[in-house]
Amino acid sequence: MHGRVKVKSTAQQEEEKRKEREKKLKVYLAARDACFSKRKEGIWDEGALQVTQQLLSSNPDFGTLWNYRRETLMHLETVRDEDEVQKIYEAELSFLESCLKVNPKSYGSWHHRGWVSNRLPRPDWARELGLCDRCLSLDDRNFHCWDYRRVVVKMSGVPVDQELAFTDRLIGSNFSNYSSWHYRSTLLPLLHPESPEEPAPPPRRASSSPPPSPQSRSHRVCEEQLLKEYELVQNAFFTDPNDQSAWFYYRWLLGRAEREEIISCMFVSREEERVSVAFSRAVNVSSAGLLLVLDGQPQRVEWRSVHPRFKHSPVWICDLAPGTISDVTNEHNLTVHWMEKHTHRDCALYTGRTESWCRDSATDQELFRSDLSVEKTSVLQSELQSCNQLRELEPLNKWCLLTIILLMRALDPLGYEKETLAHFQTLEEVDSMRSAYYGDLCSKFMIENTILKMEYAEVRVFSISDKSLTTLCHLDQLLLVTHINLSSNQLHRLPPQFAMLQCLEVLEANNNSIENLEGVYHLPKLEEVLLKNNKISTLADLEPLASCPKLKRLDLRGNPVTQVANVEAELTALLPSVVDLLL
Amino acid sequence: MATEDLPSEFDVVILGTGLAESVVAAAFSRVGQRVLHLDRRSYYAGHWASFTFNALLTWIQQHHEEPQPEEVQDWSSLLEEGEELIPLSNSDSIRNLQVFCFTSEEDEEEESPNTTEEERGGADEDAVRETSETESADSKDEETNQKTEEREEQAPQTKGEEPEADQPTPSAAQSQSEPTKKKISYTQLLKEGRRFNIDLVSKLLFSRGSLVDLLIKSNVSRYAEFKNVTRILTYRHGQVEQVPCSRADVFASRQLSVVEKRKLMRFLTSCVEETEEQRAYHGRPYLEFLCDQQLGDNLQHFLIHSIAMVTEDTPTEDGLAATRHFLRCMGRYGNTPFLFPVYGLGEIPQCFCRMCAVFGGIYCLRHSVSCLLVDKETNRCKGVIDSRGHRISCSHFVVEEGFVGTDRKRLATPTRYLSRAVLITDNSILPGNSDQQVSMVTVPPIAAGGPTVKMVELCPSTMTCMPGTYLVHLTCQSVGSAFDDLSPVVTRMFRTPQSHDQVTGPSVLWCLYFNMADGSGLEVEGHDLPSNVFLCSGPDGALGHEHAVRQAESIFLKILPEEDFCPPAPNPEDIIYDGETTSSTTGEEEKEEGERGEEEKEKEVLEEKQSLQAEE
Repeated sequence: MHGRVKVKSTAQQEEEKRKEREKKLKVYLAARDACFSKRKEGIWDEGALQVTQQLLSSNPDFGTLWNYRRETLMHLETVRDEDEVQKIYEAELSFLESCLKVNPKSYGSWHHRGWVSNRLPRPDWARELGLCDRCLSLDDRNFHCWDYRRVVVKMSGVPVDQELAFTDRLIGSNFSNYSSWHYRSTLLPLLHPESPEEPAPPPRRASSSPPPSPQSRSHRVCEEQLLKEYELVQNAFFTDPNDQSAWFYYRWLLGRAEREEIISCMFVSREEERVSVAFSRAVNVSSAGLLLVLDGQPQRVEWRSVHPRFKHSPVWICDLAPGTISDVTNEHNLTVHWMEKHTHRDCALYTGRTESWCRDSATDQELFRSDLSVEKTSVLQSELQSCNQLRELEPLNKWCLLTIILLMRALDPLGYEKETLAHFQTLEEVDSMRSAYYGDLCSKFMIENTILKMEYAEVRVFSISDKSLTTLCHLDQLLLVTHINLSSNQLHRLPPQFAMLQCLEVLEANNNSIENLEGVYHLPKLEEVLLKNNKISTLADLEPLASCPKLKRLDLRGNPVTQVANVEAELTALLPSVVDLLL
Repeated sequence: MATEDLPSEFDVVILGTGLAESVVAAAFSRVGQRVLHLDRRSYYAGHWASFTFNALLTWIQQHHEEPQPEEVQDWSSLLEEGEELIPLSNSDSIRNLQVFCFTSEEDEEEESPNTTEEERGGADEDAVRETSETESADSKDEETNQKTEEREEQAPQTKGEEPEADQPTPSAAQSQSEPTKKKISYTQLLKEGRRFNIDLVSKLLFSRGSLVDLLIKSNVSRYAEFKNVTRILTYRHGQVEQVPCSRADVFASRQLSVVEKRKLMRFLTSCVEETEEQRAYHGRPYLEFLCDQQLGDNLQHFLIHSIAMVTEDTPTEDGLAATRHFLRCMGRYGNTPFLFPVYGLGEIPQCFCRMCAVFGGIYCLRHSVSCLLVDKETNRCKGVIDSRGHRISCSHFVVEEGFVGTDRKRLATPTRYLSRAVLITDNSILPGNSDQQVSMVTVPPIAAGGPTVKMVELCPSTMTCMPGTYLVHLTCQSVGSAFDDLSPVVTRMFRTPQSHDQVTGPSVLWCLYFNMADGSGLEVEGHDLPSNVFLCSGPDGALGHEHAVRQAESIFLKILPEEDFCPPAPNPEDIIYDGETTSSTTGEEEKEEGERGEEEKEKEVLEEKQSLQAEE
């Protein structure tokens, strides 16, 4: 008969484990020292491979050892024939496989595998792809593996359509996977480019055309495929509307339009002898190559941004030499060339006029719809319908609400204004952690709508009072505005961008929480500033106003600064041009 | 083990090697009780067994034979003072066995390309002829059926000897449409018979059910291997559809609209928690609750029949409990809530037997107990007399109910039966991307008042059928005979000579119908038996194994209320044997010793099993 079984006590097990650990540590340290001394002596042989292998299999994140291993391998390459090298590298790959089993997220192991695969005389890419697929099936978010897979795909020239099928498979097993969705976004433009009239057929090999950088190639996808993608991604967000990855992909699908890079506005003022230029994006003039031509003569001018804080800015100004355009009886033709983008804008300053401008208005450019593509309205409309369908089922889902808002803006920003505001209200309630974000986003959309309204009315008055604005944006679009009314909002500051309002004469910003006037800076025409009931508390906060030469009227009633001792005298000293000061 | 060597004293004697008995055996042996585990049969697992094709044919034959009246031997000479005998009987609950073979006896002639035309012509002629035959058969339906059955019963193993009559129409039709695919013949089934592991009961393991918990807890899981059921199917509007139940399924489903997807996902996530709203429906039908959730017909069908697996009038609380259980089991091992043991369900009782043997339990097959020895005064079983006339004393006796005469059993209701059908088919019921799918199929009653059928389709990678075939198990509570209950479903979903021409499903090569007693109504005690004798019932009709595990645990706890039920078996490296000195040996050496010790034991057990099988 067999003896009765007993189970070891835990104390005994602990003791054994401790001894075991000590033993292991001793062996490890001895091997490490042996390794280092070998390297010092410049020994590059199989023995070196063996001893590093022993160490790396227990600790694959030891970079120095990988380096030593690579040195050894490179040396062996020079002294062995190809078959032997192939064998050595194959052994290396299977060793790496065992390392990855221990730690599938080791930088060292993955990097070394990439290095080995590159040097292998006869690489077996199918096997490498298989390895990646296995790793990704265990953890579909292992970005080390995703990186390595990209290398393998590139090296072995896996056809794009196969790769798309691969993402289909991963998304099918778990669609909560940013990597797969993102990979799709790089593959689709290659496989289904937007313009079918393009002479070259879609590239079949990824190796021949690596995924293009955003600048070099359009990210657009042909409409037919786009509709299929909409369907796929809808299946995902109807199945689980709280999963972000699908929504992000959907945003990418909808918002593919890229704005044209142009000089959107040029403004010439005779009185200041100044030219202001607005670009479609923030630029740095020194690298953009800007050239001003006046009546056929290139001018030597000093371009500056509207505020010293900006190295990059959408608005740049320059002063002409005194007397060049000051005579009101002369007509002038001005041109600004944006050399980098091979574009320019002309502006004529006619006789008797004190100022002149030339621009593409926001409405002309459909500027505020370009967050989403200039897609066929019918498609967007049907997308809006299905999102509304989802909203009926999930009235409190923030991703759905946000997407609806974006679709509404793409379709008809003014027509949907009321609904948009209602949705924003719901968003701030259901996702209170991000209420500030929604507040800012809503402000942005309200400003856009106000700009549109102003342009339809063809006026230079921008009025957006009592709209709960929390932030200001698109100020580059307000270059020509003479009157601005921001009263009764929730603004805390007039940011440096505010200095882009080069034509501003009257600033109304009563009943806000403004404590900082940084942006009221060198505004040449500003005469009146109304800041009743704000939070300006020190004289220093008012200093920027001193840079506005024409300021005559200032209302500071209801601000803490009015309680400062001797405030009136100080202000008179600070702002000598002001004749009408309300405290 | 040779009978002569059997010790004459045990703590527990167990007769029958079904699941409950085997779990009881392992549990007792594990806590140091001396266990003798016997089975009259030549194979393990009783009605829970799995057979190769050939062994199944033998089993069928045995059940067709008239049970030979056992010699009633008089063991009263072995009685001691104050004892009396309770003889054990042997009633088998298998009824209404019917076997049909729809494939040809011999291999069909090789279709070489140059003779294809001719061959096909021939096949057509055959088809025409056979169709007319079938029609005439239809007209005198009953009579023919009767005849078939008789023939079956006389000689089931020679079934295919009349290939003319048995050659089915669909085979010809199929060879026409898919000339390259050759139908597997009966001879091939016999030749490859060892590749089959055909279960007598058809069950699955719920991923978080009591059997899986027990397998893990006791470490018995190391003796078995499992496969995930890969998909849940249902039969609806005459079609087999996949039931989306995981997030990935719902996402990928092509049958559901996006709105349905949302509704389903929302229902599945919301029903996990009990709400006021749900409580309001207590006692009212689940269907009513689902209707009020405005889910639509599709989703209602999926939820009632495939996910909760209940009927439309099941009370809401039960329906929700079943739904929750299903959902809790999802995702533990894969995209469905079920596991199936590779090599068939018969493996599971054997795994527990193995655990019992490793801890010293003694096994004898083809060895039964003739009668119990009962102390008249205390009405306790003192021991048993085995089928070879040896007196073996024991403190407790556990027995499969089939060995106890009906006169001594207390059955709450008249015996209920399960209807079973086993089909060998040539294709999956829903061919998909992969041909290695394990499918659970729910078939709601096809006629009002008919039974709900649970169907499990196994692919060759489960090691239960030969490549190129699928093994399909159908189970329902019987209303009539197994054939009456299940053949309507079979002829609708599969191609048999009785099927309509429109049926496009897989062809049935061979099938078996039988009824088996439903073990769900039986209590472990409270019978006209000594108080230390406990009954284990046979398989029940439920999909999971909860009934048998509960029974085993309750028997164990009644006898040893203080002991742990199936505590984890120690890992080999943690085992020390008495007599070994622990201080002088290092851990490593110990480990080797330990492993060797257990391996030796297991080897012995295996050899024992093999020798028993060799005896057959």
